[in-house]
Amino acid sequence: MIETMLQTGMNVWADVPPALQVVLWTLVKMLALVLPLMGVVAYLTLAERKVIGYIQIRVGPNRVGPRGFGQPIADALKLIMKELIIPSSANRFLFLLAPLVTLAPALAAWAVVPMSDGLVLSNIDAGLLYILAMTSVGVYGIIIAGWASNSKYSFLGAMRSAAQIVSYEIAMGFALVGVLMAAHSLNLTAIVKAQEGGLWNWYWLPLFPLFLVYFIAGVAETNRAPFDVAEGESEIVAGFHVEYSGMSFGLFMLAEYINMVLVAILTSIMFLGGWLSPFDGIPWIEDWMGGSSIFWLIGKAAFFLFMYLWMRATFPRYRYDQIMRLGWKVFIPITIVWLLVVGMLVMGQVGPWFD
Amino acid sequence: MMIPDIIFYIFATVLVLTSLMVVVVRNPVHAALFLILAFFTSACIWVLLEAEFLAITLVLVYVGAVMVLFLFVVMMLDINLAPMREGFAKALPVGMAVAILMFVELMLILGPSRFGINIIPTPNTHDAGYSNTKELGRILYTQYVYPFEIAAVILLVAIVAAIALTMRARRQSKYVRPEQQVNVKRNDRLRIVKVESEQRTR
Repeated sequence: MIETMLQTGMNVWADVPPALQVVLWTLVKMLALVLPLMGVVAYLTLAERKVIGYIQIRVGPNRVGPRGFGQPIADALKLIMKELIIPSSANRFLFLLAPLVTLAPALAAWAVVPMSDGLVLSNIDAGLLYILAMTSVGVYGIIIAGWASNSKYSFLGAMRSAAQIVSYEIAMGFALVGVLMAAHSLNLTAIVKAQEGGLWNWYWLPLFPLFLVYFIAGVAETNRAPFDVAEGESEIVAGFHVEYSGMSFGLFMLAEYINMVLVAILTSIMFLGGWLSPFDGIPWIEDWMGGSSIFWLIGKAAFFLFMYLWMRATFPRYRYDQIMRLGWKVFIPITIVWLLVVGMLVMGQVGPWFD
Repeated sequence: MMIPDIIFYIFATVLVLTSLMVVVVRNPVHAALFLILAFFTSACIWVLLEAEFLAITLVLVYVGAVMVLFLFVVMMLDINLAPMREGFAKALPVGMAVAILMFVELMLILGPSRFGINIIPTPNTHDAGYSNTKELGRILYTQYVYPFEIAAVILLVAIVAAIALTMRARRQSKYVRPEQQVNVKRNDRLRIVKVESEQRTR
């Protein structure tokens, strides 16, 4: 019974024209990437509320399902059922376009992120550049949302966010230049492979300042606390998405969390050896812990996501001019100086990293 | 027709239409947004030409940075369009003359005789291992290293010049230095005063 069904399935698949086969197969791969990502995002919201709850000696959400595990589903249902309000004097088309413009690049960047050796949607050579380009396009959603809402608060939030993202992109780009100098490649899989050989061969050690700059710039880039002046609920209500309701607001949240996961994964890939096991080359622990696998990547990314939540619960919001100062006067000089150091290390073929 | 051809014609149509809209559309913010779409579509066409490095750089630099600041400024401007259209009829003859002159000049340089499949042949396609990024880097840092470095220095001078031009000698706003803020001690701000309690008078 099952065999005949499989056989008919194979026959039908063979009849599909090859061009369509490629399209369908790519679609399946995209779904295999995006669906788990949506799950991660949903439970990241729960984790955020739980972690911050426990840090503040509360319990966090615990009503829906056992220990609050149904909360993300309830939230999603609520967002979908709510009315989509469009302000009467808003630019209707741009107002509805903005959430999509935020979400699309956030998802598109995932196309080149390798989860494990060979487990990547598109293994392109200019992967790092592609990610930089995609994350920089995401700012348009915020700007368009702020402008199209036709509200002063939205507009102020959008302006703040635009200036902040553009400033921090420079520091972020410089940090990535250090990585590509070290790995001699823009391909993310090649970057991970260049770090093979256990904990001390990863780039966090020789590129330590760049590692810190990249992660902090990543937090600023995703507009998360303590850099969330774009929202600034105590000053400008909720920034660029004051006027949004229901699922159009939900899409902004979705894009924000997808970008958080992306920054966490990229930090692990570029500075903490991606899917490589930290015990490579240590005989018996290597066997006991199992070799390099996607679980290491997930573990590292989970650590950085926890850092996100931890920082949010710990630090008060930066003042706007101090954000700009940190970006331009602290991070950019640090990265430029360290690029020189990395250049010298690479030329001198120092240590286990650059030989 | 092959699939890449179909994709090319789609992108080309979008590119031409959006470029047209940049000029035609009334609202300057809409025009800037159409310009962004035009950049994006031309980047897509460059990808079809196997120039992925240039395409991504176009998105990164123009879409990701330049147009953000452009949009930033355009959105904050409060442009009243009515007075700008007032002298339309009066300026039309001069404007038309300049426009025709420019069109003729452009035709002389970029006329149909300069284009065509026999003048600019289709670029060679490469196998999967070919990396446009590597090739570009190699040629930029060997054959063209001096022009490249000189261009970089000129841009650096431009940055310094722009900062020097806009820098004000005296800061108008009340500005707090973060390092002073961090180093502040309790004694700098706080004075504990012993106040004698008043005698009740009644």
